[in-house]
Amino acid sequence: MGRYVIRRLLQLIPVFIGTTFLVYVLVWALPGDPFAGMCKSVCPPEFRQAMIEKYNLDENIFVQYFAYLGNLLQGDFGVTYSDREVGMLIEDAAPVSLQLAAIAVGFEALIGISAGILTGLRGRGFLDNLVLVSTLVLTAFPVFVTGFIVQLVLGSGLGIIDLTVSSDPSFGELLAPGFVLGSLSMAYVARLTRTSIAENRRADFVRTAVAKGLPHRRVVGVHLLRNSMIPVITFLGTDLGSLMGGAIVTEGIFGINGVGGLVFDGILSKEGTVVTGVVMLLVIIFLVTNLLIDLLYAVLDPRIRYE
Amino acid sequence: MTANPTESVLTDPTTNGQDGPLLEVEDLFVEFRTRDGVAKVLNGVSYHVDAGETLAVLGESGSGKSVTAQTIMGILDTPPAYVTGGSIRFRGQELLSQSAEKRRQLRGDGIAMIFQDALSALNPVFTVGFQIEEQLRIRKGMSRKEARKRAIELLDLVRIPNAKGRVRQYPHEFSGGMRQRAMIAMSLALDPQLLIADEPTTALDVTVQAQIMDLLAEIKAERQMGLILITHDLGVVAETADRIAVMYAGRIVEHGDAHSVYKAPGHPYTTGLLNSLPRLDLKGQTLETIKGLPPSLLNIPSGCPFHPRCPKAQSICSAEVPVNHDLGNGRYSKCHFAEEVVRNG
Repeated sequence: MGRYVIRRLLQLIPVFIGTTFLVYVLVWALPGDPFAGMCKSVCPPEFRQAMIEKYNLDENIFVQYFAYLGNLLQGDFGVTYSDREVGMLIEDAAPVSLQLAAIAVGFEALIGISAGILTGLRGRGFLDNLVLVSTLVLTAFPVFVTGFIVQLVLGSGLGIIDLTVSSDPSFGELLAPGFVLGSLSMAYVARLTRTSIAENRRADFVRTAVAKGLPHRRVVGVHLLRNSMIPVITFLGTDLGSLMGGAIVTEGIFGINGVGGLVFDGILSKEGTVVTGVVMLLVIIFLVTNLLIDLLYAVLDPRIRYE
Repeated sequence: MTANPTESVLTDPTTNGQDGPLLEVEDLFVEFRTRDGVAKVLNGVSYHVDAGETLAVLGESGSGKSVTAQTIMGILDTPPAYVTGGSIRFRGQELLSQSAEKRRQLRGDGIAMIFQDALSALNPVFTVGFQIEEQLRIRKGMSRKEARKRAIELLDLVRIPNAKGRVRQYPHEFSGGMRQRAMIAMSLALDPQLLIADEPTTALDVTVQAQIMDLLAEIKAERQMGLILITHDLGVVAETADRIAVMYAGRIVEHGDAHSVYKAPGHPYTTGLLNSLPRLDLKGQTLETIKGLPPSLLNIPSGCPFHPRCPKAQSICSAEVPVNHDLGNGRYSKCHFAEEVVRNG
């Protein structure tokens, strides 16, 4: 197990270099002028020259990248063209995004798993159809539609939430955006749970548990659930990683200054350091959550052993 | 939910039907209501088991052996299965009219069951110890420590080497034979009076089969348990069974003590089963088989359900349902020509 973890951690290095280089090159290759719009009309040549020298922009792309990487390894994320610390920007944006993603996954787990268990246990019927149809509707709606509906109903209509969150949003303020963000995968979680439960419900080991005279609640709560939750938990873990950076639309709707928005602005203003810095962070989070899920998998299912 | 340690539906002396058989199944009817129609899976099954006795229930797949066992246990899936008639009495008490909760308490405690494929019948994500201990903790109110101690004793009892270490292992870390032993240990945890073994050796090597059967026979004798052995393996039956009940299309077509049924079967179906057993002394000859397939339970043939496959069938066989012919010594056969079959084979 220990060797497996070390091997997986070592795999992070090439993946890390590969993704950051790719992102760096992509931003560099974007057409357009990073300094356009920084001056009132056309930037004076002296200013341009100063900026180019300051950011090594006339160097070879490899030199630029490795200079950046070198700084990065010393904990220096670099500065934007407007002289703001990228590290600070990420520090501001990351916690709120992490919170948002966690709330989204929380909703997915709470609603998705409950709906999945109920329908999985009962089989075909009214409840099953209700969950199936409503999850289908949620999946079919793009996030911005769900977002606007939630905003309209809970915000303008009932006045329960503010239309946008404050600059330093509290947990309560993030609940509605978290629900919207989680709504897509919620349907998937419900269906995954339902299938898994329905499959295991007829399993031999469940029949054995019944034959042992265990109370129904224990048969379901211990024997059936433990086995059925393995794929669901795996999915939820991976989703946490992807939701961190994938919340651009939700963040936009509710005015949250998160990581998604940071990347989006970075791409628009051709801020290579910002985009690369954030993407690198997301890549690391994604890889680490994946590793944790793989390890958790081995804990949940003892038949799996990593060498 | 946690039962107190004295909980037992069996300790009430007034309900101890000591005189009658341990288990009595009478005229049991079960049907499966499916989309394709109603499958009549059990059509009047009757048998009984005494304490300390082994009853072998023989028959092809789909003859209703396992469904009868599951009905006795009360673990049939409803829907699609419905009990439509009959009676099951355990120590004189009628089970079919009992509440679900009472029947649950009888499971494991009064009647326990072991299944065919121990790998799928044991929960893969819990240790063998956990699966034995959980009954002791929940049903008997034992502490974790007591239950662990008892689980190790039980694994010792079924002769699993190094029980102390094995108790912490998962089912997939056991070999096939050891897994079946663990399952037997699990079924014995609450000291049942009746054990139903549903094809306990089918998934095992021949040498391991013999060991498991010996173990079951020994435990049965030691505890004076009743044992229902469900099998299609005639070799297993010959060695261990006291009595045999042969099932076909959801009814018992022949019943009797093992010795005389083997020597002179009273039903052409039993004859067919015995003839389809390979014999070393008849090496080189073509193995006889029962021609045709078991009937569809959605559409059971008229009269004797075996008549389309029976070499002795006459016109009466498709017209009249045969009743039990008493062949003496507790032997019965549901064949119109039972006496003749016993005499002439």
